[in-house]
Amino acid sequence: MESDIARKMASITAPKQYFKEVPRAGEEDDGLGFKKPQRIIDREDDYRKRRLNRVISPERNDPFMNGEKTPDPSVRTYADVMREEAYKRQKEELLREIGKKKKEEEEEKKEKGREVVEEKPAQKRRNRWDQSQDDTSAKKVKAGSDWDLPDSTPGIGRWDATPTPGRVGDATPSLSRKNRWDETPTPGRLADSDATPAAGGVTPGATPAGMTWDATPKLAGLATPTPKRQRSRWDETPATMGSATPMAGATPAAAYTPGVTPVGGVELATPTPGAINLRGAITPEQYNLLRWEKDIEERNRPLTDEELDAMFPQEGYKILDPPASYVPIRTPARKLLATPTPIGTPLYSIPEENRGQQFDVPKELPGGLPFMKPEDYQYFGSLLNEEDEEELSPDEQKERKIMKLLLKVKNGTPPQRKTALRQLTDKAREFGAGPLFNRILPLLMQPTLEDQERHLLVKVIDRVLYKLDEMVRPYVHKILVVIEPLLIDEDYYARVEGREIISNLSKAAGLATMIAAMRPDIDNIDEYVRNTTARAFSVVASALGIPALLPFLKAVCQSKKSWQARHTGIKIVQQIAILIGCAVLPHLRSLVEIIEHGLNDENQKVRTITALSLAALAEAAAPYGIESFDSVLKPLWKGIRSHRGKVLAAFLKAIGFIIPLMDAIYASYYTKEVMIILIREFQSPDEEMKKIVIKVVKQCVGTEGVEADYIRNDILPEFFRNFWVRRMALDRRNYKQLVETTVEIANKVGVADIVGRIVEDLKDESEPYRRMVMETIEKVVANLGASDIDARLEELLIDGILYAFQEQTSDDANVMLNGFGAVVNALGQRVKPYLPQICGTIKWRLNNKSAKVRQQAADLISRIAVVMKQCQEEQLMGHLGVVLYEYLGEEYPEVLGSILGALKAIVNVIGMTKMTPPIKDLLPRLTPILKNRHEKVQENCIDLVGRIADRGAEFVPAREWMRICFELLEMLKAHKKGIRRATVNTFGYIAKAIGPQDVLATLLNNLKVQERQNRVCTTVAIAIVAETCSPFTVLPALMNEYRVPELNVQNGVLKSLSFLFEYIGEMGKDYIYAVTPLLEDALMDRDLVHRQTAASAVKHMALGVAGLGCEDALIHLLNYVWPNIFETSPHVINAVMEAIEGMRVALGAAVVLNYCLQGLFHPARKVREVYWKIYNSLYIGSQDALVAAYPILEDDENNIFSRPELMMFV
Amino acid sequence: MQASDRFNINSQLEHLQAKYVGTGHADLNRFEWAVNIQRDSYAAYVGHYPMLAYFAIAENESIGRERYNFMQKMLLPCGLPPEREDD
Repeated sequence: MESDIARKMASITAPKQYFKEVPRAGEEDDGLGFKKPQRIIDREDDYRKRRLNRVISPERNDPFMNGEKTPDPSVRTYADVMREEAYKRQKEELLREIGKKKKEEEEEKKEKGREVVEEKPAQKRRNRWDQSQDDTSAKKVKAGSDWDLPDSTPGIGRWDATPTPGRVGDATPSLSRKNRWDETPTPGRLADSDATPAAGGVTPGATPAGMTWDATPKLAGLATPTPKRQRSRWDETPATMGSATPMAGATPAAAYTPGVTPVGGVELATPTPGAINLRGAITPEQYNLLRWEKDIEERNRPLTDEELDAMFPQEGYKILDPPASYVPIRTPARKLLATPTPIGTPLYSIPEENRGQQFDVPKELPGGLPFMKPEDYQYFGSLLNEEDEEELSPDEQKERKIMKLLLKVKNGTPPQRKTALRQLTDKAREFGAGPLFNRILPLLMQPTLEDQERHLLVKVIDRVLYKLDEMVRPYVHKILVVIEPLLIDEDYYARVEGREIISNLSKAAGLATMIAAMRPDIDNIDEYVRNTTARAFSVVASALGIPALLPFLKAVCQSKKSWQARHTGIKIVQQIAILIGCAVLPHLRSLVEIIEHGLNDENQKVRTITALSLAALAEAAAPYGIESFDSVLKPLWKGIRSHRGKVLAAFLKAIGFIIPLMDAIYASYYTKEVMIILIREFQSPDEEMKKIVIKVVKQCVGTEGVEADYIRNDILPEFFRNFWVRRMALDRRNYKQLVETTVEIANKVGVADIVGRIVEDLKDESEPYRRMVMETIEKVVANLGASDIDARLEELLIDGILYAFQEQTSDDANVMLNGFGAVVNALGQRVKPYLPQICGTIKWRLNNKSAKVRQQAADLISRIAVVMKQCQEEQLMGHLGVVLYEYLGEEYPEVLGSILGALKAIVNVIGMTKMTPPIKDLLPRLTPILKNRHEKVQENCIDLVGRIADRGAEFVPAREWMRICFELLEMLKAHKKGIRRATVNTFGYIAKAIGPQDVLATLLNNLKVQERQNRVCTTVAIAIVAETCSPFTVLPALMNEYRVPELNVQNGVLKSLSFLFEYIGEMGKDYIYAVTPLLEDALMDRDLVHRQTAASAVKHMALGVAGLGCEDALIHLLNYVWPNIFETSPHVINAVMEAIEGMRVALGAAVVLNYCLQGLFHPARKVREVYWKIYNSLYIGSQDALVAAYPILEDDENNIFSRPELMMFV
Repeated sequence: MQASDRFNINSQLEHLQAKYVGTGHADLNRFEWAVNIQRDSYAAYVGHYPMLAYFAIAENESIGRERYNFMQKMLLPCGLPPEREDD
């Protein structure tokens, strides 16, 4: 009987929703809302920052749209792009050659030893050039050479990729056709070499006077002459310029190309001095540049008539009238571009005032536009010009509209953003792909972009893509340039977003376009570009299916022209494997075939990536697909004998992933083959190699077929000698890997071998190393138990553990604690001889000055209490109990919580009667602790009190229990669910111990409190008390309380009834008639909550008494519930519907259907809707039962509605 | 569905109803409901073997024939739908 109730008690609980964590006010909000938004660039490393070096390329030809027709020469075609890339590559090679030559010369010089090198020793060139090369040492270039010029100007990515001399002869005419920068090469370049491309770059190109310098063969700082061009730009430029740039920077084509410079901005839209000033004080370089420009300007200004008179002889010349067709250039762009040059003194000039363009003062934006950040001015500045929109051309208006919408999306409030986003989506096709992307993409390249802004802009692209569909084709590459960096972002969600966009893009543009757009990047000279392109390609493959991409991949991987292409192709395969996981299986063989030749490639980078790709494929395919790897086994295993360093590491990695796929026999054979090399590499000083080797050992050892003996004899000695050293514990990754591998080995060779080898190290002098040893022992022992451990080892182990436990100083103490617990529990009774010693340590440490140490000692007691009981050390435990009791005055809550936990553990195992100190002394000491508001203390304390109330209530006087009851009411406010649950359960235990009356009175009084959570918990407690002490002891008082004319109390009573009937289930049949009048009243109450709660009580009641013959009462209640079906408040209607569902179960579907039929075809739709809803849940709940209850319908002239079968009678 | 239903169990209920062919809605007409009733009935007859056996005895047919007949009747159980009056 006793135990039966106890068992039932354990199951008592309130409905889940009442235990849910109550949201805390205030606390979480601290960090929220005021955190400074994070700029993306701040968290990027150098490699990721290279995204800013990329150029948003001009749009390309769309062969699908244009059909067979030869594309207009002004459009960039695939061929153009490929040519450019080839040219870039050539140039890079040339540069490398030159570098090499210089180096050789230098070395020659050194050899001769004639002169001291007067110049600074060669400076190592910047990274980007090195990346793609195998031999980094081959590229030291003398400082001061022309080639270094561009490099010395950091931050202007693009130009150092294409230094001036590279312009040679326009091998890429297509580029120059679109690229305004190319037309004004040299000064523009110089201008770029400091941070003002806007101011510097435009002027020379724009003023006709500037043209003359194109002929100047040599300019300061430029060693190589600018070669002549075939076409005379004298005539052409103004025309192009004029037409191409109606406004400053407004044309997409012109605007894009220079856009790489992070500082100068993509747009060039604000070449005014105001814009420059925005970025802070003028730098000396800028100043110099301006002066220099001014000088040139001065010399090249148009000659006046007087000057001409002075130059030419008076006779023999005649002044002609300008031809009638001549129109002076008056394009606004030209005018605007002319302004930045300071005309007065070179030192300072007051910029000309332009009231239309006060960009430096953030002013109220017209038309309810959101606030603009300073860095937005260069993109959205023109919105500030209060021009009359009517005067603008339709195209300009469109652009303005797009800009406004984008600004709203970027900086606006959520509602603004939402509508703007919708407008952009809806009008996407109307705006057209060009104008949209030409606005959006530069924004994404903005260096000051924040995560949130990027997310929003990417969202815009996504939506727009969907609408534009095939119209995006010419812009695919542009989009990729800005989206690809997302694929390597450190933020997971950014990566997912990037994948989604590229996936949608490939679905919109189609495979052919995607390949055409990305093919040139595959052998780009920049490793960054190739890397991101490979990732993007893998996304394309997963979007459009691997088979579609296979032929292309095959061709790329076999490219003869450049190793970069092969490398990227193979990398694509790797990325595919990583991205789509086991979905590679159907194509595994073809993928392996495509890349297998890479293992023997002449370039070692290609060999490396091939091995890595194979590793990725094998990992993705595991545990299947070994047959697909047959062809690579031989080269791999041969390769590990011939390679060294990185390549070897990659090969080993591949092998490590392939071996687990093999059958046992093969795995054993191949493991033995590779083990020789692995053991040799154990000694490698290379960190990366070490990690791989450990991993491969783990993979090999874990494979079926690799025998324990072999591991024990051939691997273990070397493994432990090389890896179980102090240094390995210092690096977090090494540490983890080593522990994992050792555990894996232990699974094969058993506990004794492994523990025996490392147990001595528990006394090592390095703490991190001891911790690593402890963690390993813990995991091994937890996995495999301690039965293998002999007496000697056991002694060593306990000794070592005690030492390690005592000597620890670091904060990360859980490892030692867990290890101690695991070992003691695994040894079980064998610990008995050591327990006095352990307890001595614990006692000593409980007295320690440091709170951490005390806490840990108490925690350790709770871990080993069970084992102490097993060892019959009850006396010792009693002693510990007294010690802990003495420490209940502990002031650190964390420690106090642990001490309470330890007491609880001891009470649990030795029982109430044998507990020392006796319960009657212990409990009064706990009562004040219940007041403690610290969660850990509360939880442990209530657990302990509940335990005592459950098992040993009789040891404590009733008065003490009442006192505790009052304290417990406070605990119902706790945030933590576990505490509240323990509290309501404790009420039940106490009520059982001292009788329900007093507890009930306390609880009923508590229904009057204001706090909802408190009341809810009280009702739960009342229900629990009612259940433990039988409902008849509680119901009279409870129903009497309903007479209190107070909303909260009445609702509390109803809620208690609801819980009560939920808990007592079928016992409810004895009480249903007693409470029916009360429920009648509640279901007719004006207050919604009354009806709601009563309905849920009815539900529980109905479900409890289903099939027990209470139908009369239930039908009576259903008559009161039914009128509530038209309630609209969600909670009420839910409760009512559930009550009806309960009735369906208790009364049968037919009864409820009869209630339903009256409204299914009611003339009012509102009524019909509700009735059909009830009908539907009825139908879903018991469709079958309805068949017999459907109304009888008569046939009419056309249709049969009757069901004669049901009338049959035998 | 009401706005208030969006966050409670009813939203799932709607989904559930979409899965059950026989559920109805406020615009269901007599004929459509009758068709559902008929089909449910035949499905029940076929599904409960004792019922099937009972009908077989009553009609003096084999059980298999009865089952076949019921299944056949599930196509257009009430005949052709009435002409919809255009609204």
